[in-house]
Amino acid sequence: MHPALSIALLPTDASAHGRALDQHLLLNLWIIAALATLAHLILLIGLFAKRNATPRHLWAIEYLPLALLATLFATLGIRAERLWAATRYTGASHEAMQVEATGLQFAWYFRYPGPDATFGITRPQLADASTGNPVGIDPTDPHSTDDIVASELVLPVNREVDLALRAQDVIHGFAVPELRLKQNAIPGETIHIHFTPTAPGTYAILCTQLCGLGHYRMSANLRVLPPEDFQAWLKKKQEAAHQ
Amino acid sequence: MTHLFSTDHRTIGRQYLTLALIAVITGTLLSLLMRTHLVWPSWKLPLHGSILPEDYLSLVTLHGTIMLFFVLTTAPQSGFGNLILPSQIGAQHMAFPRLNAFSFWLTALAFAVLLSSPFVYEGAAISGWTAYPPLSAIPSAGPGQGLGMDLWLASIAIFSIASTINSINTLVTIIRLRCKGMTWDRLPLTVWGWFTAALLSVLAFSVLLAALLLLFCDRHAGTAFFIPPGDQVSGVIHAAGHPGNGSPLLWLHLFWFFGHPEVYIAILPGMGLTSMVLANFSRRPVVAYRLMIATTLAIGVLGILLWGHHMFVAGLNPFASTAFSITTLVIALPASAKVLSWIATIWRSRPHYTTAMLFSLGFVSLFITGGLSGPILAQPILDEYLHNTFFVVAHFHLIMAMAGVFSLFAATYYWFPLISRGRLLSERLGRWHFWLTLYGAYNTFFPMHFTGLAGEPRHYAQLTQIPNAAGHLLAATLPLNLHITTSAFILAASQLIFLVNLVRSFRHGEATPANPWQATTLEWYPCFNLPTEPLMAHRPPCQYIVTASGDESFLPQWIEDASVDIKSIKRE
Ligand SMILES: [Cu+2]
Ligand SMILES: [Cu+2]
Repeated sequence: MHPALSIALLPTDASAHGRALDQHLLLNLWIIAALATLAHLILLIGLFAKRNATPRHLWAIEYLPLALLATLFATLGIRAERLWAATRYTGASHEAMQVEATGLQFAWYFRYPGPDATFGITRPQLADASTGNPVGIDPTDPHSTDDIVASELVLPVNREVDLALRAQDVIHGFAVPELRLKQNAIPGETIHIHFTPTAPGTYAILCTQLCGLGHYRMSANLRVLPPEDFQAWLKKKQEAAHQ
Repeated sequence: MTHLFSTDHRTIGRQYLTLALIAVITGTLLSLLMRTHLVWPSWKLPLHGSILPEDYLSLVTLHGTIMLFFVLTTAPQSGFGNLILPSQIGAQHMAFPRLNAFSFWLTALAFAVLLSSPFVYEGAAISGWTAYPPLSAIPSAGPGQGLGMDLWLASIAIFSIASTINSINTLVTIIRLRCKGMTWDRLPLTVWGWFTAALLSVLAFSVLLAALLLLFCDRHAGTAFFIPPGDQVSGVIHAAGHPGNGSPLLWLHLFWFFGHPEVYIAILPGMGLTSMVLANFSRRPVVAYRLMIATTLAIGVLGILLWGHHMFVAGLNPFASTAFSITTLVIALPASAKVLSWIATIWRSRPHYTTAMLFSLGFVSLFITGGLSGPILAQPILDEYLHNTFFVVAHFHLIMAMAGVFSLFAATYYWFPLISRGRLLSERLGRWHFWLTLYGAYNTFFPMHFTGLAGEPRHYAQLTQIPNAAGHLLAATLPLNLHITTSAFILAASQLIFLVNLVRSFRHGEATPANPWQATTLEWYPCFNLPTEPLMAHRPPCQYIVTASGDESFLPQWIEDASVDIKSIKRE
């Protein structure tokens, strides 16, 4: 779509799938704007035009427009389903970076599996932010020793991310408007979404599911860094964790 | 006393409408508090002080619950349904008059229970009208989840029972008490709206009632229908001692199986009324009358097959989302068929612009504007961006709240002589009321599309002083939010005109002949008391004749001989 048509409605897009989503969204918005205008015009013409008693044909005023609308909605629906299938029908590729996000009243925590590329086991009874273990990592699990927990999500640019989404207490909504991402985190379940950030920058992670009085301030930063900066950040985090 | 506990359906209809009026005033004032707080967060509510985040959320919850249940369900379905439906099908009364009174008093009790909830310790529920668990299932999950939540559950449970009783009454009345000649295809479209809404109510409210009971058991009986094992809230593991293996998703399924039909319950009678009013004041039959009946039923059937479109990002299987996306897109077709019929009915007709007609035209406009964003939200990939943003708030406020309220206004202006026994509302005040309301409605709710597209989420108690990049994102929506709040005040203030009109017209309104609008349906049978002899329907409704010279005449359903001089009926 021509950039001039993409009026400044949406925050800038910083994800690989966002461009197609935006184009489809803007296409939809323009179509419904046109349909709404058209319908109102016909309504007004019908009200103000001089009276005419000519018989009306049902096929011309009901069935034909309905067939056109059905075709239109089917086309938009199929286009949308292709995009949905591309992002949701299959999981992330094997090379994707593993990250886990956990929502709890009223913070997001992010866990990286460390060099062993495997998350340690978590146990709800161990979760306690005051002891520095907000997501309840079980220290007796060998996979857990190199896990890193952060309160901001830091990602390298242009690498696919396989995000495992969890909630500890109530339903939270993981949303990054600038990455066109939204998925509820449901207690008792781990839900995977995958995406690729494409532009370095700092983006807002919001909570979009009413989760209690602190819902509005349950936000975090997503920092997308060039790969070398990301490696440096990870290294610093690992060192800090093992002191 | 006999009047208060009357079993007369007209009295009960007025009682329901009075309750809905109190509810809509309450709900509107709550929304103004929310809008004020959103743009002036430091403003202090007199006698209360600062609006805390939990106060804001209880305002949201009360506003949504009151408007949806006690206004948009109560007024069209129970209020006008009781007042008009029996006479419209030529019946003298509802099928079960005592049950009818009982369901009204249950509804009033439900409202009283809900209104008591802000005054208990820990305050009213703050989980929104959807009350998603585990937040709503665990009393210690924060303020508003204690007794306030129990009162919310009790209120909605009582309401569900009342609504089911009322719907059964409506169904039996329509099926059994139609007068002679009132065949199914001669039923006014309003009756089809009430009929379909009642069918949906019986199905949907029973599921809601079951869900409420399960949630209550989770809260107090140690069950875990909606609480997963190991759920930890503020350091305490819930359901630890329970063998339960619940999931909050079960609640979402049960709730939305009710919740989506609920919006059709609210709007179907209004759709029927719009068809009838447009035909009446255009002096034309409804275009595609039988198709309108079919689309009403189709909306009813499809309405119970698409609850999953509320769950695209809730953890539903993505393949299921595709299925629900299709059923949701399909329901756009019967809805569009209705719009086409409305446009065709008024097309080049030289309409009479009464206030009822204006509000019906407003309904069509809002239905188009609000409805067209439905297919957008029906596409899971777009919902991934728009879910729980103000785009959704714009969508359902335009199509359900505003269109719904416009149909209620149309109904009030149109049927007022039947409520007031022969007086009309002032048309001059009515026109002021209409134009200001239309202006307010569009300026309040249309810009919400844009704040939603910009990323503003729902249920945010504050848009300022938020840390991180989120604060930056949200601050961008503030100028538009200021416009929305100002418009909301204009919208609310315009309703004072309506209230003045109501109060004045009950006593001093223009006295009207028995059928002021030249309506064709039986409730306008020319006498304000119930006709003593049984009525008979001789033809379908909305039969109008306009001669080439512009002379209009109409053939009401109750007149046997088509050659009767129409003008003499008008003056009766
Ligand atoms: Cu949250
Ligand atoms: Cu939240």
